[in-house]
Amino acid sequence: MMKKTLGLTALAAMLLCGAANAQQVNVKIGVLSDMSSLYADIGGPGSVAAAKLAIADFTKDHPNVKVEMISGDHQNKPDVGSQIANQWFDVDKVDMIIDVPNSGVALAVSEIAKQKNKLFIVSGAAASTLTGNKCNANTVHWTYDTWMLANGTGKAMVKTGGDTWFFLTADYAFGHALEADTTGVVEKNGGKVVGKVRVPLNTNDFSSFLLQAQSSKAKVIGLANAGGDTINSIKQSAEFGIVKGGQKLAGLLVFSSDVNALGLATAQGLSLTETWYWDQNDANRAWTKRWTAERNAANKYPTMIHAGVYAGILHYLKARVALGAGEHDGKSVTDKMKSMPTDDILFGKGTIRADGRKIHPAYLYEVKAPGQSKYPGDFYTLKATIPADEAFRPLKDGDCSLVKG
Amino acid sequence: MFEIFGIPSGALFGQLLIGLINGSFYALLSLGLAVIFGMLNIINFSHGAQYMMGAFAAYLMLKYSGLGYWPALIIAPLVVGLTGVIVERVFLQWLYKLDHLYGLLLTFGLALIIEGVARNQLGSAGLPYVVPDALRGGQNLGFMFLPNYRAWVIVASLAVCISTWFVIERTRLGAYLRAATENPTLVRAFGINVPVMITLTYGFGVALAAFAGVMAAPIYNVSPQMGSELIIVVFAVVVIGGMGSILGAIVTGFGLGIIEGLTKVFFPEASNTVIFVIMAIVLLVRPAGLFGRRA
Repeated sequence: MMKKTLGLTALAAMLLCGAANAQQVNVKIGVLSDMSSLYADIGGPGSVAAAKLAIADFTKDHPNVKVEMISGDHQNKPDVGSQIANQWFDVDKVDMIIDVPNSGVALAVSEIAKQKNKLFIVSGAAASTLTGNKCNANTVHWTYDTWMLANGTGKAMVKTGGDTWFFLTADYAFGHALEADTTGVVEKNGGKVVGKVRVPLNTNDFSSFLLQAQSSKAKVIGLANAGGDTINSIKQSAEFGIVKGGQKLAGLLVFSSDVNALGLATAQGLSLTETWYWDQNDANRAWTKRWTAERNAANKYPTMIHAGVYAGILHYLKARVALGAGEHDGKSVTDKMKSMPTDDILFGKGTIRADGRKIHPAYLYEVKAPGQSKYPGDFYTLKATIPADEAFRPLKDGDCSLVKG
Repeated sequence: MFEIFGIPSGALFGQLLIGLINGSFYALLSLGLAVIFGMLNIINFSHGAQYMMGAFAAYLMLKYSGLGYWPALIIAPLVVGLTGVIVERVFLQWLYKLDHLYGLLLTFGLALIIEGVARNQLGSAGLPYVVPDALRGGQNLGFMFLPNYRAWVIVASLAVCISTWFVIERTRLGAYLRAATENPTLVRAFGINVPVMITLTYGFGVALAAFAGVMAAPIYNVSPQMGSELIIVVFAVVVIGGMGSILGAIVTGFGLGIIEGLTKVFFPEASNTVIFVIMAIVLLVRPAGLFGRRA
């Protein structure tokens, strides 16, 4: 009896709410990430935690918005990622997919979002081709990209005398893009690339490649890789005395989680570029506290990818609400996102360009020595701020069809 | 300096040496697998996870009790080997009479559980572990810079491999072991406690994996997936060498390390495929492996 009454009350309440909120907006978000392998700490469960925070913050002020969230593991395989994306868009009626570290998977998902006229916000992947010659009207690239990394770290290295480069490149879309973009920056600033070697993803031992880099006599060894590959290559170059021998390492994509894994003793002095660092200001620190509680894991610090997931979802929901109730296709939501200026606590004010590129400042950091680090997670010293209008590739250089047209 | 196929000989010697070092890890790991398969007829898919456990044990010992690399090199294999003994007593001993597939599935499941727990507790990015003070730095050999730690890896791995081979192939204990695998009932009739011997053998195989894990901690990223990345290659090594052949595992381990090293110079993109290509060829020509006996 009790059960029945409760059920009826709930039903009545639902009907009442429905009547009161004619503007009820329902959206479904899918967080697609690497949940179990080398990128699981830079994205993965941390991205899900960030998404939960964004949804909680938004629905608190907008009770008429109902957001559902699901998450999935693409295992760094484009076929698995595509299959999940297809299933989410077709069967589970997901409106927007976010995150997707691994550029190979992200390029595949971007294509699917375009075909099905849905929306894809990239936070985890880096390939600048996503807003370059592979751009489309259904993809927004939020956090960072290979051009920005190359421009930040590459330029700084060349300017301080590192004018000959040797690349250790992860042999897939992301590594190739990062290598190409950095080569462009190096050559533009008067440097020269003397050699490169393409290394399969998830390589355990880099010593062969490091020997090749060592004998090339290049002043800078550019690490166009990510995650475990970056950690292994930095760890082993310390062992082979590369830095002691006078060559410099340029970690083109190093996350705070990688620095944590290397330990400051090994990582100290490394230059790197990020768009968000948890210890940068009070707002970031306050958000990190909430993220840590949500993530519920010891010794973890949010990365810029997590921040991008949070900010990307907030802006998406703002645009979606602005369009009002009813069905809206991916392209019209993307257009709305581009027409509205962005503003959030983590990245500040910014914009999304016609090619889908989100614009905000980037920061050049240096990893602290163990003696300089005062508390756990105190990783970086800020070396330079690259203003938003210089941090990303100029619109005209991207070869994106949306810009030409 | 002369050139070979367009590669300066110095660089080539360097790569050969590097290949030998990587081969040391392959040899250590495939040795453990070969011992377990040869004596227990179990395809130990949790070998990679046990290798990872060795590295993690070293990290945890350093973090919580301040015990450095050298104690870890002894204690971690003992502790992880003990978990192996427990696994054998609780699970594996019931599977010897069944098809290989059951042991394979059980150990594979265990590997997934161990990796999952490690990832959950310590994350996937990895944990820091530094090279012990005594082995820092390196020697300039003229054609390459050889880190002291890598030299130690070759020496330690060779020593462990040769002594294991010696114990199993040349001592009375080894003879009992080999006899027990051929005909356990008969060996028991001679008053030898076969089940205990088998249990200890599994524990030893697991301890070898953990030993390799501690050896790897200072130079490779200590992460939950470190074992699963390596284990497939190691299985290929065992298959090429001939399942269960101790000598085969050691020789192919070092040999394939060298071949892989050379591939990294001539055609780097193929460096993580070359071992499987060799495996396919070997299986076509000699289905029992290079050193295996035809069943």
